[in-house]
Amino acid sequence: MQMIIKNWFRWLGVPLILILISAAFVIYVVNNPGGAMAARSLTYQNVLRYLREHVHLVFVALGLATAVGVPAGILLTRPKLRRIGKVVENIVNVGQTIPSLAILALFYVYLGLGFRTGVFALWLYCILPILRNTYAGIKSIEPGIIEAALGMGMNPVKILTRIELPLSYPVIMAGIRTAVVICVGTATMATFIGAGGLGDLIVTGLSVRRTIIILTGAFLSAMLAIILDYILGQVEQYLTGRDVNS
Amino acid sequence: MIKLENVTKIFPGSDIPAVDNLSLDIKEGEVCVLVGPSGCGKTTTMKMINRIYDPTEGRIILGDKDIMDTNIIQLRLNIGYVIQEIGLFPHLSIEDNVATVPRELKWPKEKVKQRVDELLTLVGLEPEIYGKRRPSHLSGGQRQRVGVARAMAADPPVMLMDEPFGAVDPITRNRLQNEFLRLQEQLKKTIVFVTHDIDEAIKMGDKIAAMQEGRLIQYSDPDELLSTPKNEFVANLVGRNRSIKRLHLMHTRDVLNNDVAYVKLKTPLEEIEQKVKDSKLRAVMVLGDDNKLMGIISKEDIKREKGEVAADYYQEILNTCTDDATLNDALSVMLSYGEGFIAVTDGQERFKGIITVGDIFGVVKDDANDN
Repeated sequence: MQMIIKNWFRWLGVPLILILISAAFVIYVVNNPGGAMAARSLTYQNVLRYLREHVHLVFVALGLATAVGVPAGILLTRPKLRRIGKVVENIVNVGQTIPSLAILALFYVYLGLGFRTGVFALWLYCILPILRNTYAGIKSIEPGIIEAALGMGMNPVKILTRIELPLSYPVIMAGIRTAVVICVGTATMATFIGAGGLGDLIVTGLSVRRTIIILTGAFLSAMLAIILDYILGQVEQYLTGRDVNS
Repeated sequence: MIKLENVTKIFPGSDIPAVDNLSLDIKEGEVCVLVGPSGCGKTTTMKMINRIYDPTEGRIILGDKDIMDTNIIQLRLNIGYVIQEIGLFPHLSIEDNVATVPRELKWPKEKVKQRVDELLTLVGLEPEIYGKRRPSHLSGGQRQRVGVARAMAADPPVMLMDEPFGAVDPITRNRLQNEFLRLQEQLKKTIVFVTHDIDEAIKMGDKIAAMQEGRLIQYSDPDELLSTPKNEFVANLVGRNRSIKRLHLMHTRDVLNNDVAYVKLKTPLEEIEQKVKDSKLRAVMVLGDDNKLMGIISKEDIKREKGEVAADYYQEILNTCTDDATLNDALSVMLSYGEGFIAVTDGQERFKGIITVGDIFGVVKDDANDN
């Protein structure tokens, strides 16, 4: 029974507390904006819209990045593609060093302003850690384990689903978590190409020099990153630990 | 059962064959040990049998079928496989590891569970205690046992073992080897066993294939390998002091000395004293019902303890072994307990006799003179 309570708290309690803290913060700043200028930006309606836009950007970009990054990472570990794998790994590592603002600016040039450009740029940026970790996670499995599975007559699909993926879950999940944090952060810059999000608040705050507006945008995006990272951490623990009790 | 015909393996990007025109005939129910220095092609040879590698040239016949004509998955499901460092799946429980092949064969759930419990018991691991654990929670020796159990899960007629006892300490290795030999006596599997350790080869093998640089140098039974090495390489492999190696081949039951003083639990003190005095060991064995070995009484024990019958005096005896142990095992037990003799029992702990260091040296000396 104690176990269930503890798990319940871990799964729902902590995110709930974080959400409550954020809500309290929003209520406070909306009611005490400290001036007419800030009050115009800091309405419930505005804040919620920016938050919704931000979450929308992150979820779409991250979902697409996972949907492409994990299978691509798996494909690159297949024996026939091993050689390309090395090349792609290097390209990915270089790609990661390009500043996020530069990527956004670059795609603005080709795709114009708007939500789609924002999602595309974020998607490209998030795919890198996911792909790299999937590839590295599977590659790092001891060859003896794969050989034992082969020798016992498992076919490649079963080796992938029963051995390789379960063993590399932690590394793949770590990649997704890195991507989440990057994605939530980078999404604040999507405001520059007109994709909306909490970045709008920060930029507005900067231009009218109202710290409280900047702070609201920064605080909420940070909270979003923390909550998402926490939930994914729980999923990771569940996936890696579940065989122990089954 | 397994027949290799002029098998050659050349790895891509290499000019020198890893295995060079090798022919080998392994009979059903035999343990064939491939032995040689590292890089001699023994592991490659073994891995061609379950097609981890495909031969460049030559044929391998398993049963009466060319392995290239058999479905690769079917072939592997019918060959037990124990590899170096065991290769247990670290994310699965011991049970799930052992159940791998039966589940691949789609056995019903009940049957899998029953088989797993049976196997774990067979290799000396309590299923209730160890079944749910992960491999990382087991000792090296236990992991090795699980590896063997997993390979035997679907009762394959053929087993391939690549240094299965390589990663454990010498004492555990010895015990695992003995357990394995006892199992093999009942199960009569056809086994290809790879090792670089000539002592292990002599102990485990019905036949030994000594390999060098991809070629088979000598293929014979252990006795012949020791007595008539074919060339300098084999002679060096088995070592100069071959009579000592013979200790791996002889069993304690062959040199047993059963002319030993013993007493029963109820034997009175005076008789014990007399027997101890007459005995060469300055000690007598104490036997319980059905000749079960209970312990030993030495002169010191009589002085130290008080009482009327043997039951009051005897001390537990640790330097014992079973009568199917090799003389080499017996000697190492004596050395580790610092005793000049060892008490030999049968599988049911019934006392059979003793062996002294002198008896063992006698064997070595006779042997040396024969050669």
